[in-house]
Amino acid sequence: MPKSNSNSAPHSWWQRFHIDGPLLFGLVLLALVSIATVYSASGQDLAMTERQAFRIGLAFVGMLVIAQIPPKAIERFSLPLFSIGVVLLLGVLLFGESNKGAQRWLNLGVITIQPSELMKLAVPMTIAWFIAEHGIPPSKRRMGMAFVLLMVPTLMIAKQPDLGTAILIASSGIFVLFLAGISWRLILFFMGAIGAFIPVLWFFLMHDYQRRRVLTFLDPERDPLGAGYQIIQSKIAIGSGGIEGKGWLQGTQSQLEFLPERHTDFIFSVFSEEFGLVGVIGLFILYGFIIVRGLIIAIRAQQVYQKLLAGSLILTFFVYVLVNIGMVSGLLPVVGVPLPLVSYGGTSMVTLLAGFGLLMAIATNQRFVMHH
Amino acid sequence: MQKVSIGLGASRRTTLITANKMKKKRVTIRDHHAEAALFGRRVFVSLVVVVIALGILLSNMYRLQVVNHHSFQTRSNDNRIKVVPLAPNRGLIYDRHGRILAENRPVLSLEVTPEKVTDLADTLTRLQQVLEFDDEVIQSFHDNRRRERRFSQVTLLDHLTEEQAARFAVRQHDFPGVSIEARLVRHYPYGDALTHALGYVAKINPNDLNKLREENKQANYAATRVIGKLGIERYYEELLHGTIGFEQVEVDIHGRAIRTLSVQPPIPGQDLHLEIDIELQQFAYDLLGNDRGSIILMDPRDGAIRAIVSKPSYDPNWFAQGITHAQYQSLLNSPHSPLLNRSTQGGYPPASTVKPQVALVGLDEGVITPTTRIWDPGWFQIEGVNHRYRDWLAWGHGWVDVTSSLVESCDTFYYDLALKLGIDTLHDHMVRYGFGERTGIDINEEAAAVMPSRGWKRARFNQPWYAGETVSVGIGQSYWTTTPIQLAVGTAVLTNRGHRPVPRLLHALQEGDIILPAVVESREPVVLNNAEHWDVILDALNRTVSTVKGTAHRAFRGASYTSGGKTGTAQVRSIGQEEKYNAEEIDERYRDNAMYVGYAPATDPEVVVVVAVENTIGGGGSVAAPMARKLLDFYFAQEQAHAQVEQ
Repeated sequence: MPKSNSNSAPHSWWQRFHIDGPLLFGLVLLALVSIATVYSASGQDLAMTERQAFRIGLAFVGMLVIAQIPPKAIERFSLPLFSIGVVLLLGVLLFGESNKGAQRWLNLGVITIQPSELMKLAVPMTIAWFIAEHGIPPSKRRMGMAFVLLMVPTLMIAKQPDLGTAILIASSGIFVLFLAGISWRLILFFMGAIGAFIPVLWFFLMHDYQRRRVLTFLDPERDPLGAGYQIIQSKIAIGSGGIEGKGWLQGTQSQLEFLPERHTDFIFSVFSEEFGLVGVIGLFILYGFIIVRGLIIAIRAQQVYQKLLAGSLILTFFVYVLVNIGMVSGLLPVVGVPLPLVSYGGTSMVTLLAGFGLLMAIATNQRFVMHH
Repeated sequence: MQKVSIGLGASRRTTLITANKMKKKRVTIRDHHAEAALFGRRVFVSLVVVVIALGILLSNMYRLQVVNHHSFQTRSNDNRIKVVPLAPNRGLIYDRHGRILAENRPVLSLEVTPEKVTDLADTLTRLQQVLEFDDEVIQSFHDNRRRERRFSQVTLLDHLTEEQAARFAVRQHDFPGVSIEARLVRHYPYGDALTHALGYVAKINPNDLNKLREENKQANYAATRVIGKLGIERYYEELLHGTIGFEQVEVDIHGRAIRTLSVQPPIPGQDLHLEIDIELQQFAYDLLGNDRGSIILMDPRDGAIRAIVSKPSYDPNWFAQGITHAQYQSLLNSPHSPLLNRSTQGGYPPASTVKPQVALVGLDEGVITPTTRIWDPGWFQIEGVNHRYRDWLAWGHGWVDVTSSLVESCDTFYYDLALKLGIDTLHDHMVRYGFGERTGIDINEEAAAVMPSRGWKRARFNQPWYAGETVSVGIGQSYWTTTPIQLAVGTAVLTNRGHRPVPRLLHALQEGDIILPAVVESREPVVLNNAEHWDVILDALNRTVSTVKGTAHRAFRGASYTSGGKTGTAQVRSIGQEEKYNAEEIDERYRDNAMYVGYAPATDPEVVVVVAVENTIGGGGSVAAPMARKLLDFYFAQEQAHAQVEQ
């Protein structure tokens, strides 16, 4: 079916190389924001900025390569990728190398890898594949099984401990289930269950440092020189930016090194200090544009698998934005989620753009069916 | 829709062929429009949630940046106060007579903050012209820079000469981001004589940082550059380090300090007084000459260590001042392993030096009595086995009892005794003397060595124990290894008649004027069924020194004090049945180790001495015992001198 149509329909240059124009436009703009802000936040360190630009370039190439994979192949890869991921996660728990007190890395001799990053893609792919196989909405039994499938990697990652990634992975799976149309009654039930689970989490599952983060979040001033310092400094940076901001490279909070982790998780504070509310609104519009474009791709997709995967990927991207901005502006506890595609660092950049590669693959493989 | 899929699910289980057919069919049955509509509704709900969430975020931004802008603006302006951590001075280390063993020396260094330098390459070339240093300095600066935390100062020149400092000072304004810093660098005036006991400090590396973070101590080390890596410096790191202080400074827009607002001074680390006598230590160090080995002098009553030498050694100042790659490689690759602390980590076959303890086990178990005699023809055979275990004296010692077996160091007596006792009985008794266990000395670099047993051999090699091996264990060979510090403890148990001290380098802590003596520890004492057996053994050891037949007699002839002891000569390689050992002909690595354990005076001993010399020509009696003699001579001469001074 696709072949006959692909010959008849004239292919544009974009279509031929499986690139979604609007999405690429939004992502390139974000990349430029990233380079400019990293340059400022790193204290105008050219070497760091170059490294960031190089990583972005590499990640874009990765995205475009993934965009060439036919969605059918992606669907077939889902379960194998997931299985490999689970094995690697097990490897991390057993032989992982710890870095900053958390075990996330697996040293395979030649390279060290972070299997939890792989799972950010493999989990939505697999849950979508598992649900799509039998149509939506899923039966209660299938949904229960999908839930178990989701909890295995989530708990393994939470155990590392990496709460930020665990939340992102859990959401990516939950989004698939939500988009697949599970009943509202069940959604309410789960919300209640999560509410009941919070005390258990607090008393039995959370590490001391995680609990400290939550307490600090509730009242940053109780530990102004310790854990609360970061959030207070971050709010001062954002607030002192005002409407117009202090100007690029002029943020005193960030330039004077009062703000810890200003080029990684707290880069949004630097951005808000220097570009003010005007810049923030601009950034929100840019993120909103990318998210809406992603949702449109999900709606236009013809196969249920593709719809679910595209929808889940773009909503997870939104969760990144929500959690990061929420935490640096004091609305959410600090859980260590970067500002997507802006924060300094290569790992999340590669994973996120690989996700957008999947979105592009889905976006550019539906045209022929649309004439139908 | 749902019903259809459930029905299909059921039929799928029936046969594969129908399932395949049904699957194809299902695709056509599946209601694409219903699915798309459901999905569309959910996407719409998601979009609404996204919009609401972004709205909340944005309104919060409005609250921070517009409504509360003014108060945050003020706080940001107030934020000109920087908290600068101040490193505490590391505690000093003294010997028992108050001579300084580890001190802090002020050193000027040239520091560069790359973040604050506009053109790093240009700055470095200009600095090179002014201060005249090698290109290697720049290379190692770049290496260090990669290792340092971002935004921090990196050392360019470690030790500035006065002239360099002056030349830089007049041109300082040309070099923004470059500054001279005065800091204290650890210095060990006695160099390699004390390295293995005292240890050293070196730069905090990523591993140390991780460990500090795990122990939640990283805040206390915010201004500290070095950490104890070995020996006393490592073991008492927490006491020596002290507590960090803070200084609040007002900074200008470029982050430069304008004035100091308040200071919370750091609390310096505590000073340590060691039991070591540095003169004795140096004497013992020189005594070993170019030989490899260990010498220990310890007070058996409380475990206080007067001297503890491990050779070959190296200069700990290399590490304290920043060791170069080439220096470190030379230590790592040396065939003589200078990094090994032979006194506490060297596993030596104890050879005859443990015969006293083996004899005691025999007496305590009732296998022999003080008067039991055996005939030694010069060899021993297990009944029904052809192999001959040879005595070191080829023609044999004749009739031997326990006393003469120790005095003359007869092997056959102990072959026989060990076989009668059995390996597990021997093992169970020997661990009570401290063999096969860490002694608990206050340095971390300690090995447990091996006190073999059936269970040990099964676990280590997964092999059964052979009776022939028990025979060799009887003379301290086979799998049995001990560290010199274990031998010191094992000997102290004899002289103390059971009391087993924990060896200890620390004498006291000093915080300001308050002196806190170190805790004296001991392990569970050895209790014999008949306490008179202690005297039998000690008497024999005294005779080893005092009677003509004794193996240590020649070494101690004419000494001004009484003493007891036991020689030992350990085979490093086993010799074939008809082979003859000739030290000069065989490879140096396979020559015998010479051992001596002793104590003095003979009654109420106040010191035990252990000498272990590797791969020597000559054995315990001719190599190790004379060294012990010289050391004890020196010790008693020193004691006498001190006594005269006091009078």
